Amino acid sequence: MTDLLEVKDLWVRFPTRRGIFDAVRGISFGLGRERLGIVGESGSGKSMTGRAILRLIRPPGQVEAAHIKLDGENLLDKSEAQMRKVRGERISMVMQDPKFSLNPVMTVGDQIMEAYRLHSRAGRAEARKRALEMLEAVMIRDPERVMRAYPHEMSGGMGQRIMIAMMLIPDPELLIADEPTSALDVSVQGQVLQIMDRLVKERGMGLIFISHDLNLVAQFCDRVLIMYSGRVVETCDAHRLHEATHPYTRGLLNSLPRLDAPRKRLEVLKRDPAWAEAPSVGPEA
Amino acid sequence: MSALKFENLNVWFGDGRDRVNAVRNASFEVQQGESFGLVGESGSGKSTIMRALTGLVPTWSGRMEVNGKPLGTKRDRAFYKTVQMVFQDPYASLHPRHSVDHVLSETLHLHGFRDIEKRIERLLEDVGLGPSFRFRYPHQLSGGQRQRVAIARALAPEPSILLLDEPTSALDVSVQAEILNLLTDLRDEHDLTFLMVSHDLAVVGHMCSRIAVMKDGEIVEVMSVEDMRALSPEHPYTQHLLKASLGYFRDEEEPGGEPLTGTA
Amino acid sequence: MTATTNNMRDWLLSDTPTSRRHARVASTYQAWLAFRSNTLAMFGLSILIFLLLVAAAAPLLAPHSPFTQDLANRLAPLGTDGHVLGTDSLGRDILSRLIFGSRITLYIVTLVALIAPLAGLLMGTVAGYAGGWIDLVLMRITDIFLAFPRLVLALAFVAALGAGIENAVLAISLTAWPPYARIARAETLTIRNTDFISAVRLQGAGPLRIITRHIWPLCISSLIVRVTLDMAGIILAAAGLGFLGLGAQPPSPEWGAMISEGRRFILDHWWVATMPGLAIFTVSLAFNLLGDGLRDVLDPKDEK
Repeated sequence: MTDLLEVKDLWVRFPTRRGIFDAVRGISFGLGRERLGIVGESGSGKSMTGRAILRLIRPPGQVEAAHIKLDGENLLDKSEAQMRKVRGERISMVMQDPKFSLNPVMTVGDQIMEAYRLHSRAGRAEARKRALEMLEAVMIRDPERVMRAYPHEMSGGMGQRIMIAMMLIPDPELLIADEPTSALDVSVQGQVLQIMDRLVKERGMGLIFISHDLNLVAQFCDRVLIMYSGRVVETCDAHRLHEATHPYTRGLLNSLPRLDAPRKRLEVLKRDPAWAEAPSVGPEA
Repeated sequence: MSALKFENLNVWFGDGRDRVNAVRNASFEVQQGESFGLVGESGSGKSTIMRALTGLVPTWSGRMEVNGKPLGTKRDRAFYKTVQMVFQDPYASLHPRHSVDHVLSETLHLHGFRDIEKRIERLLEDVGLGPSFRFRYPHQLSGGQRQRVAIARALAPEPSILLLDEPTSALDVSVQAEILNLLTDLRDEHDLTFLMVSHDLAVVGHMCSRIAVMKDGEIVEVMSVEDMRALSPEHPYTQHLLKASLGYFRDEEEPGGEPLTGTA
Repeated sequence: MTATTNNMRDWLLSDTPTSRRHARVASTYQAWLAFRSNTLAMFGLSILIFLLLVAAAAPLLAPHSPFTQDLANRLAPLGTDGHVLGTDSLGRDILSRLIFGSRITLYIVTLVALIAPLAGLLMGTVAGYAGGWIDLVLMRITDIFLAFPRLVLALAFVAALGAGIENAVLAISLTAWPPYARIARAETLTIRNTDFISAVRLQGAGPLRIITRHIWPLCISSLIVRVTLDMAGIILAAAGLGFLGLGAQPPSPEWGAMISEGRRFILDHWWVATMPGLAIFTVSLAFNLLGDGLRDVLDPKDEK
């Protein structure tokens, strides 16, 4: 089921004053029309992976891979102009905080319409209609009013739904969501996730869900990759996460405080340097 | 005599037409040696209560007592030796130009301690940082290390009450476990009273014995953590929070039980 | 030899300093490395070092006295024997006057650079931290000084106290400090709300300690950058005053005054005005480049 995205041997490097820092070190994975979760802590390279797929990493950062194939086409062979057509139209990205990813001086409607018109030849009227449809699809009750409003007038949850609308309006095949609910209140998280869930399923899209929240990813996704220090240390089906075998994954699972399983002290993860040295776990056969 | 007592606390920002009532009629007590949690979403007023207690927000009315003594507008030295606070963002709670040594020695100096050298060494040890961290600047420390320094700073005056404002929400999961364990150990060692604010029910459930749930500035329910664990809250908002924090449910079950509207 | 240099280098680049001194030296060295990688800034710095050396060694470097007149040789062009940069309208060697004039330029620039930012820092941080009516009063005073045109104030001083370099410096400083007050105040307003300030307040620190030990260290970098970028303007202001005869008085070899004297001859004897003009241009440019480089190094934003 790896027909949508295939990443092979991805490396992301950054030169620093103390030498070259490898943010992502030779990971490979595939994605079909399913939901793949990439979990890791800060510094694991998970966000860099998402950005590398979209080729958003600028020099002096370096991205190298055997290939990053979207529907069989290697994205690394494309020029920047060609990538601009890919971004939005074929791969979209929803980021963490709508406060920082929505343009504060444009109305919501203008931004969504711009996203649509960048990838189609539609006129303003057509774009407006599509924008209103998208806002309804993300369960915004009063789309006309929201079209005229500015991002700072929206709450976090609405802002994120607007982001989803904006990113899905050009009908991409793959959505990369980088911590999309981390900045939201817990009761709003569920709503936003449901919307994303439904839209991804309806459109037959692939979804890469990047997060630090292991439990959330396990519940929301179909498959999970666990990253540590730039490498993939384990992959498994989401609903079998509690059977994970790698000590890092187990350590992460055990170090979470749980309402239903009280303990006096939490298990502290003991980092084994061997985890960073072992090669990345590749895609399942 | 309770360690902390709040009676009809109202806290507001701005005045006249622009007045925002951040906390409305909050009343609760924290006993000596207890760990009490304030839970709620953003805008619920939980952090504001702590800021009013510490004197960082002067516009309040009602009654606040620390160890039986009522508080006025100003806070004195004795207060700062009794009540201390650990802030949420480890990247913002340390002065970027001050080394760890500077932070701790300034704190000790302000409280009138003489044996500063020895105390610094002991504080660093207590929070699990060796002497090699003493002269580092914040940008040479990780998030967890910075938070340890913040805890050391809060413990320097030997307080009996520690206010914790989302102490681990900006940290990685594995680091969170370390810091929570550290706080548990320090609490037992120094017999501290905790007032902890968090949006994460699991963290609060781990650290606290009683909690107050806040929504829109009001306390909607006060309950013990056992009751919370047994999923037997009474107020619908608490039920809603509990369900949402238990995770995401696909398809059939909607977390929160509220219809999806445009008002999130 | 290589072993010791390596050790020294490691010590300086260390991320785990072992003492207060170590920490301070290491962070200064690392800041220096960051600065050194900016070629233009280094260029600016070297020009300024050169200026300092020239000013210090002026009596040794100048081929002639800046005051000796030689009317037979007046307005001699570049390269005439003994006068590399020619002579002015009274036959004085331009090169020597430039060299000695560098002392005056440095004197003016140093005085203003010390007075204006410090006054601004004081006013701005107190206003920003105190808020309320103190803020209001201090900022209105700032506005009043901001409203004074530099030359008009200088004229007023001259009328009251007589012309001269000290009065020129005073006039420039009095009109230069308001922008620093504004910058300092804006920074203070931001810093005031941070957690680390709340934390130290919770330790019982009073406003004096907070302003001097917590706020000033953070404001100083932006002020230093602003001063170096302002240097060009200060030099030009001093030159302008000299040009008007309000600053350094003849026969003092102040660069602005030299331009003024050479103005009459600009068509046929262009070097009399242009040489000092080039000197002013070079020093202003050097300060600008230095300021840019310092800003990149001192900007605390990339410390996360």
